[in-house]
Amino acid sequence: MGTLSLNQRAALLSVLMLVVGLLIWEAAIPVQKAAEELTEYERLTGAGSAKAGVPPPSKVFAKAWEQLSNPFYDAGPNDKGIGIQISYSIYRVLSGYILAALIAIPFGFLIGMSQVAYKAFNPFIQLLRPISPLAWMPLALFIIGDSEASAIFVIFICSIWPMLINTAFGVAGVREDWVNVARTHELGPIKTALIVILPAAAPTILTGMRISIGIAWLVIVAAEMLVGGTGIGYYVWNEWNNLDLTSVVFSILMIGFVGMLLDAMFGLLQRRVTYAE
Amino acid sequence: MKPYLSIEKLTQRFPDGNGGELTVFENASFGVEKGEFVVILGHSGCGKSTIMNILAGLADPSMGAVIMDGQEVKGPSLDRGVVFQNYSLLPWLTTLKNVMFGVKARHPEWTKQQVQNHATKFLAMVGLEGDVIQRKPSQLSGGMRQRVSIARAFANHPKLLLLDEPFGALDALTRGTIQDELLKIWSQTEQTVFMITHDIDEAILLADRILLMTNGPQARVAESVEITIPRPRNRIEIVEHPNYYAIRNHLVQFLGKRSREMAGQPTEAGQTNAPETVKIDMTEITEEPEDKQPSLKAINI
Repeated sequence: MGTLSLNQRAALLSVLMLVVGLLIWEAAIPVQKAAEELTEYERLTGAGSAKAGVPPPSKVFAKAWEQLSNPFYDAGPNDKGIGIQISYSIYRVLSGYILAALIAIPFGFLIGMSQVAYKAFNPFIQLLRPISPLAWMPLALFIIGDSEASAIFVIFICSIWPMLINTAFGVAGVREDWVNVARTHELGPIKTALIVILPAAAPTILTGMRISIGIAWLVIVAAEMLVGGTGIGYYVWNEWNNLDLTSVVFSILMIGFVGMLLDAMFGLLQRRVTYAE
Repeated sequence: MKPYLSIEKLTQRFPDGNGGELTVFENASFGVEKGEFVVILGHSGCGKSTIMNILAGLADPSMGAVIMDGQEVKGPSLDRGVVFQNYSLLPWLTTLKNVMFGVKARHPEWTKQQVQNHATKFLAMVGLEGDVIQRKPSQLSGGMRQRVSIARAFANHPKLLLLDEPFGALDALTRGTIQDELLKIWSQTEQTVFMITHDIDEAILLADRILLMTNGPQARVAESVEITIPRPRNRIEIVEHPNYYAIRNHLVQFLGKRSREMAGQPTEAGQTNAPETVKIDMTEITEEPEDKQPSLKAINI
């Protein structure tokens, strides 16, 4: 063991935990008895019919294999491949998210530049921020009138706050020395914003963007359960209605996997703009 | 005839937090000639940095004016380069890019190659060459960072270079080497320099003239001491010059005793508060014939 690096030892431990966890899970699921093993009484009380139950991992793997080998099939409104469902969700998340970023980042910049604006907007932000994004759904459905656009609006409204607050905070916290460097070099306000303040605040802004994408991915599942039609959230709910728990477990894992990928993407971006002082 | 840089009746007051006003300094008036290296010495709290910020255009005085080359100083400008005590390099840019940042601001019409060549040249003048200039400031020592900052300032050829305790955060040995680098680059560029320090030896080594400030509040520039030691100077030989300890003793006396005794005397209306010129020259009487005596620099306004 002494020759392995820290990362290697951690990876080994992870694999071990995975295997043990899966084994416990597999062992914990009671096997349904075959019909011929049942007693007369059991058969009479209907125990022989298939029962819905939490699937063992082996079944989930089989499901995953089946789904992932053909992720983009489309056999009607209630039977689409996992790839199509996830694509719908990602499309909604990115639409709402990009819209939010386009507003939150420039607006956060302005708020961060002016102490008056910061203080004036703060109460509104603090009031609106803790509202569960789904609480906006009825209002959005009524005003927008389109369920697709309403889902995007909900994503928009939930991802705007962390980006707005972090941008304003990052911009307001830019060291005065750096701003003075810009001033003594006669940079105009736009050049100062782009050449000095933006890179200086970029790590904080990206932290906000990373929090936002995480929240957006959490919210899309719930939003799609409400709105229905397509998307990974709808898929989970639909499989629950079908009592197909294997698919439910599989889609839960897929939600986690996509969320992890989105977060890793922003983590990578964040590392690129981070600087040491 | 006004000096190149003329500080006229400069007064700075801040609210003291109890509804009153705190006068940091009052009616400060002095001049700096073109190509001159002037150092301002004084205890902390006497408003040296405030004067520096006003000269840089980063702060506005309560009263008075700064006139440079016939024009009043209003706001920051590329004509007045600043080297800050904490280096103020942009940490996300490499060393080279930090200097290029300044050069680009000065010469927006230059090509990237011109900008880069100019920046590289000035980095080499402070002894930074090769791979070092591709490093980020966080990967440099404090001394190296300050060299970058000095190179950035000199590369822009400002009319006036302001150094705000540039070596304050450095250890004594590093400080010595960078003082040498500063003297070298200054002698090559004939830059007008105004510098703050509280290191007496550093002031004597670098300056043509030392301005002495009394303690604050209501500080004033009390004396202007000429450094009558010929250039080029270096730190080892300078101490053997007969004037060195005479000047040094005078400065120590001032900072130790008189800066306190003279402090807090409010000036009468109309008084300009120009510093008294002090010239200490032990070599003058014995060696120099009368006609070769260096004349006093006019500092009265």
